[in-house]
Amino acid sequence: MTPELLIGNITLFVLAIFLGFELITKVPATLHTPLMSGANAISGISIIGALIGANVAYESGDTAISGILAFVAVVLAMINVVGGFMVTNRMLNMIAGKKRRGA
Amino acid sequence: MEDWVAIGYLLSAALFIFGLKKLGHPRTAPFGNQLGALGMLVAVLTTIFSMQLAGDAQWVLIGAGIALGSLIGYIMAVRVQMTGMPELVALFNGFGGAASALVALSEIQKYIDGGTVPEGLELTVTMVAAGLSALVGWMTLTGSLLAMYKLKGGVSVFGKWIKTPTWGPSWLNPVKVMLVIAVAVLIYLSIDDPTNTTYLWSIIGISCLLGIVLVLPIGGADMPVVVSLLNSLSGIAAAFTGFIIGNSALIIAGSLVGASGLILTFIMCKAMNRTLPDVLFKSFGGSGEKESLTRTKVGSDADEVAMMIDGAQKVIIVPGYGMAVSQCQHQVKEFADLISEKFDTEVKYAIHPVAGRMPGHMNVLLAEANVPYEQLIEMDEINSEFPECDVAIVIGANDTTNPAARSGEGPLAGMPIIDADAARTVVIIKRSLSVGYAGVDNDLFYMDKTMMLFGDGKAMMTGLNNAIKEI
Repeated sequence: MTPELLIGNITLFVLAIFLGFELITKVPATLHTPLMSGANAISGISIIGALIGANVAYESGDTAISGILAFVAVVLAMINVVGGFMVTNRMLNMIAGKKRRGA
Repeated sequence: MEDWVAIGYLLSAALFIFGLKKLGHPRTAPFGNQLGALGMLVAVLTTIFSMQLAGDAQWVLIGAGIALGSLIGYIMAVRVQMTGMPELVALFNGFGGAASALVALSEIQKYIDGGTVPEGLELTVTMVAAGLSALVGWMTLTGSLLAMYKLKGGVSVFGKWIKTPTWGPSWLNPVKVMLVIAVAVLIYLSIDDPTNTTYLWSIIGISCLLGIVLVLPIGGADMPVVVSLLNSLSGIAAAFTGFIIGNSALIIAGSLVGASGLILTFIMCKAMNRTLPDVLFKSFGGSGEKESLTRTKVGSDADEVAMMIDGAQKVIIVPGYGMAVSQCQHQVKEFADLISEKFDTEVKYAIHPVAGRMPGHMNVLLAEANVPYEQLIEMDEINSEFPECDVAIVIGANDTTNPAARSGEGPLAGMPIIDADAARTVVIIKRSLSVGYAGVDNDLFYMDKTMMLFGDGKAMMTGLNNAIKEI
């Protein structure tokens, strides 16, 4: 890892945090839980890291523990992603879907 | 990294940003969620294709992991009852935090086993990021699991119901700070001696403990705020893991969730008139002695209440967690239809921002029963209507209607409440006079104008509906 790469990553980190602060402004109470749930599903992005880790560990062969850890991470992250987006969708269909019909 | 991989991650980051933005508005929220899911799909496909092109995609391991995780996630999401949704969000959140921390641990393990410990700047960055990722990730896991059981109210062991404890003496706060400092010291030590796994396991152990002591003192209506904070933390954990493996998708998406989750946490605190430090460091409800009941109140019956509703111009229904537990939202809707047809009564619903165990809980349940959205009125708007309301019907709500919150003392102090006590008559459907989540006796129950219907929400609403049909 070169210092340039590190600086680049820190830049991404800081800018994304500022963007995240600006992104959410006024949210009606009804949407608090779906928003939390949807954001939570996005934090399952660690699936990417888990996939890369599992792939490398499996390939190199001699790091069984590392491979097992990464495999468990793939499963957990996938539960978070699939379950998270689906549950959010269910909630939103109940709230927003009915609203459209009612209005 | 190939250029097109970077572009794939950039595309998925853009989709996450649009998705989060759209999730904040009622009309666009479902679309926002779909955008987020699409972003995740793009990120996963980009990763797998880049492995495939490099010629080393291990389909067995990756495929098995993805299939297993998707299946479990799918089953959990489809099977969950509407009442169990907050717990499920907490559980998923814990899994996300654990996944980030596991990836970090796996990377470190790989360095140690493969004898490829990095040096210089890379070593420092790796160990600091791995330590922070472990701290936040494991804390998120244990904190979320405890939060889940707190939302459930307890755990069943061999058929015996054990109530989840709420415990937080004030000396626990400096302990929390000391635990964080201990982790910082351990991270510093681990940079000097990266192959010594004792440091790493100590960090993991302390972080797990920290998650528990952080959530243990918190109870009552503050629980959703804590879940939201833990959600923010799980994003930060993903971002730190991104630093270890040098992946821009993890850094961007993780910090986005971390920051927007924190803002959402503040918004939720504000809706309850609390501050985040209050929530985290001042124990709320349940910790002290629960007030013992010294007063009694004679219960009414369905016929009496039905007669009183006959002739009412305006009825406001105040639902709470009890409605969710007894699943009586359909009976409530039937009741509203009955009285608006038969007595030409105006019916509205008063929605407290934290009624139930999560914000929006009541909206979800009532929407399921086809209650028109425009009848659901948020607390701030409906409170002024109570003085002209003939009957307020409180179904399984307690703390959110407790006038003690106005007194400025006790665990409920300062929490905004529904002014049900301003209605001409109050009907309360509840199993007993027992105290609510916050452990404060409710004066509303003992007022002269209050009629209590003691019993399960579903049974009582069915009885009330029958009584009204007979009039």
